[in-house]
Amino acid sequence: MTYSKRFDGRKFDEVRELEAKVGIIKRAAGSAMFRMGKTVAIAAVYGPRELFPSFLQDPKKGKLKCIYDLLSFSVTERKRPGPSRRSTEISMVTVDALEPVLDLSKFAYTGIDIYVYITQADAGTRTAGINAASLALADAGIPMKDLISSVAVGKISDKICVDLTKEEEDHPEGATDLPVAMGTRTGQVTLLQMDGNMSQEEIKEALKMAKKACEGIKEVQVKALKDKYKEALK
Amino acid sequence: MVNILVKEREIVVPGQELADGMDYLPSEGAFREGDKIISSKLGLFNLDGRLIKVIPLGGKYIPKKNDTVIGRVTDVGFSGWRVDFGWAFNMNVSLKEGSRDFIPNDADLSQYYAPGDLVVAKIIKVMSSKIIDASLKMPGCRKLGTGRLIEVESSRVPRIIGKQGSMISMIKDATGCNVVVGQNGLVWIAGTDPENERKSEETIRKIENEAHSEGLTDKISAYLNVKPREIINERESNENDIQ
Repeated sequence: MTYSKRFDGRKFDEVRELEAKVGIIKRAAGSAMFRMGKTVAIAAVYGPRELFPSFLQDPKKGKLKCIYDLLSFSVTERKRPGPSRRSTEISMVTVDALEPVLDLSKFAYTGIDIYVYITQADAGTRTAGINAASLALADAGIPMKDLISSVAVGKISDKICVDLTKEEEDHPEGATDLPVAMGTRTGQVTLLQMDGNMSQEEIKEALKMAKKACEGIKEVQVKALKDKYKEALK
Repeated sequence: MVNILVKEREIVVPGQELADGMDYLPSEGAFREGDKIISSKLGLFNLDGRLIKVIPLGGKYIPKKNDTVIGRVTDVGFSGWRVDFGWAFNMNVSLKEGSRDFIPNDADLSQYYAPGDLVVAKIIKVMSSKIIDASLKMPGCRKLGTGRLIEVESSRVPRIIGKQGSMISMIKDATGCNVVVGQNGLVWIAGTDPENERKSEETIRKIENEAHSEGLTDKISAYLNVKPREIINERESNENDIQ
């Protein structure tokens, strides 16, 4: 049996409904919300500010730090608050996904903190978190070479799909998850993880679909950034 | 082929292509990659001659040389003061730059500025983001007394001051308050009665909220019911001519 029709009726290369909002947290230097279907991520950027422990201070450039976590009510079974093996890993890959496009040379010795919290989880939380964090960094006025857009592609049974939901990830015939983050202007891939099995051809196909989906996501991100100031500029 | 790809005062986002070709130069908020000039910030596109600039719409204050800032003295040492001005690191005011008065060798430095004092300082050197030197003896620098301190977005400070200080002098004229605006987004207001101080604060908040709309000076002069200073002078000279 193959996966011929998606559970929520989407096309195989179609992302879920997207929504983005910039400037949601007043006291933060920059903040954003990003929603992909039922997955909602909020991100706040603080700094540049003094960096502790001080041995992390770099005289050449600022240091980017990230804390990612699922809020306890975001998943069906209560998630114990605080860091875990999973959230530590995702915090690290979020930093690695965003740092290549940032220019932190003007912020020597300082630290920039990103806090990513998932208020509602339905698969693809790290990609939603990266999308929100990218917007929050732009909102905070940190110099960036490109915006980062991120989406998960995967294989359900034998079909390559974009932006999997939790239901699809738990498909009885097995599903592979391949989160991708990229700067769409340069095509630079900054995050590529895989959970499951895929052949080389399938990965190539999946990356092509991810690139197309990221371009769509970027449009939503650009619109959200411009919308924040549209009213004020009228 | 030389092309400007966006309109003047259009909102641009990081990574957006602004111009194509080698005839233009990237300035603040933009960089060159190959033939293209690309924005690195969220801001307004601005073309000044051959310079392409992106005026940032938000973000934290970044210290620059010659900025006048408001800060709070945090520490008094043997050879100067440390001042917190809202940046990641405090700035340093050396003994030499502390006061226009002569400071004797064995003086108690907290007699001049004690921890907790509010000061207006001018940044004279930014060596790195960690080592910032400021002066308290440049024109306009002083210790601030009682008043209220409010925080505004540092990217809106140029609008609060206005062209040649037109906006800020209008507020001063209308309310009779003494207002000091720091480039770091701190504003100190002192007036004879709280009502005037409140009015000043409200006006500054209004400017902050409408900072990017056009014709702001007229709006604020209508709101405060005063004429901008230049116009008052013109009227006076016209009247003198008639007489």
